[in-house]
Amino acid sequence: MAGLTANSGIDRRRRFTNQAMTGLIYVAVGLAIAPLVVILADVAVRGAPVMSVAFFTHLPTPVGTPGGGIANAIIGSFIMVGLACLIAIPMGVGAGIFFSEWPESRLSTVSSFLNDVLAEFPSIVVGIFVYVVVVLATGTFSALAGGIALAIIMIPIVARTTEESLKLVPRNLREASMALGIPRWKTVLSIVISTGRAGLFTGILLAVARAAGETAPLLLTALGNTFYAKGLMNPIAALPLTIYTYGISPFPDWQADAWGAALVLIAFMLALNLTIKLTVGRKMSHVRPEN
Amino acid sequence: MVAAAAVGIVVLMGALAYELFLGSKVSLDKYGLSFLLGTTWDPAHNVYGALPYIYGTVLTSALSLLIGLPVSIGVAVFLVEKLKRRQNEAHIIGTTVELLAAVPSVIYGLWGLFVLSPLLKAYVERPLHNYVGFIPTFSGTPFGLDFFTAGVILAIMIIPTVSAISRSVLNAVPNSQREAMYAIGATDWEVITKGILPYARSGLFGATILGLGRAVGETMAVTMVIGNSTRITADLFSPGYTLASAIANQFSETSSPLSSAALIELGLILFFVALAINIFARSLLWRMSRMTKVRV
Repeated sequence: MAGLTANSGIDRRRRFTNQAMTGLIYVAVGLAIAPLVVILADVAVRGAPVMSVAFFTHLPTPVGTPGGGIANAIIGSFIMVGLACLIAIPMGVGAGIFFSEWPESRLSTVSSFLNDVLAEFPSIVVGIFVYVVVVLATGTFSALAGGIALAIIMIPIVARTTEESLKLVPRNLREASMALGIPRWKTVLSIVISTGRAGLFTGILLAVARAAGETAPLLLTALGNTFYAKGLMNPIAALPLTIYTYGISPFPDWQADAWGAALVLIAFMLALNLTIKLTVGRKMSHVRPEN
Repeated sequence: MVAAAAVGIVVLMGALAYELFLGSKVSLDKYGLSFLLGTTWDPAHNVYGALPYIYGTVLTSALSLLIGLPVSIGVAVFLVEKLKRRQNEAHIIGTTVELLAAVPSVIYGLWGLFVLSPLLKAYVERPLHNYVGFIPTFSGTPFGLDFFTAGVILAIMIIPTVSAISRSVLNAVPNSQREAMYAIGATDWEVITKGILPYARSGLFGATILGLGRAVGETMAVTMVIGNSTRITADLFSPGYTLASAIANQFSETSSPLSSAALIELGLILFFVALAINIFARSLLWRMSRMTKVRV
């Protein structure tokens, strides 16, 4: 103990540094959480005044005419996300099953790696790709092009979550099934997928949430429309596009509508995300390995 | 069947690269590599150089890491080291921070445009300009819609990514690293800086690089707050442009085959930068996983 008292000056400095740095860590946590609170509050406060039934059921009106709504954008978003699901769910789930059940194949390694890269890819690059391949080829901006762009963004998310949830399925279930002489593909279809379906569903919701908020690729593919789209091969409106074009417009009533659309979008996204977090949190708590 | 889906992803990546090459052919043929160094982007005279956009992308991404990285690592350290015995609280705070990632980028843009930019202009840019304006980066007249605001909004946007990955990296650090330090009387801070962070550095570096990837490719939020100017300047308070925001902003008004090819070539640059960043980050995280036998 004598040594400790002799070094008390150094000890005091060490203790002080420790406390100061702990304080800074608390500041960091505050700085990380504050923006979420402020953004949610701002969107709620600025978006609330335009909320009305008409806002959800009417088409946009010209500047200066009150009573405009975002019905076309809401419908447009649903159409394109729906289209994207049609493409992304089979492909994403298929790839995820392959990564999880045939990890030994070389294709699995390569494709799984590219899938990770694709998941982190700037969405605007996906937008240009679809612009070149679909918009230029068909000669028109369209709901179809928008749906394809969103699908490319959804695929890696669906694939990754499918893989992870299937990997949680205990190995002995697979072995038990194969020991009964059930072929591998049938084991996967009937045993593995039905056991891991909750996680699979979560992954799809996660991907839908991501796609519903995407803007950049839609600028280059769906373009936007102030009316209802006449078909899948015509330009179409979407919620994020409305937020963007109204937000950067110089007209106060359009800007107010942008905040309203933002409130609608964020409410949808948060509801989806909280559902996911809560269900996954509960499901994973008993399987997560302690470390 | 499922193998076909896996093949599909490989084909998709290949097609992405191929089509971007094809789409930018006119511009590639005309400028070659000098496209990267051209400082003039003038659709009226059909002259295209990408340097202003590359510069803006590098500057705003660097700024976002400068601000976002310490905060992200702080959050990760807090969740893993300070809340070690309180998993429930850690889960709640971690989820809250991760919810930031669920906010669509266009909403960050809207908020940045109407709320953050005026605030930064009045309470950060003006004071910096008035008191330390002799430093070139702060010398310009605060504009609000500029590199600085774009950097701040990007910092907010990369925090959930970087902190979530850093958190799993720190979780992978074996307890013996901590226990050995505590056993010789180290304080919490000493354990963190000498026992944990050095051990986790390749993983944390990987997390940082992934955050960088996010910042480089982020489009909408930046487009709405950066002010759109192709001037190259060290002044953080003047408007600028990034690769992604140039594409988003100018695509609907391309005037000639060359101008649309030049924009697609900006996308091609982004493609390769994102590819390089991601491969690098993955390899760092992979090394961390091998070292600790825990997937991060």
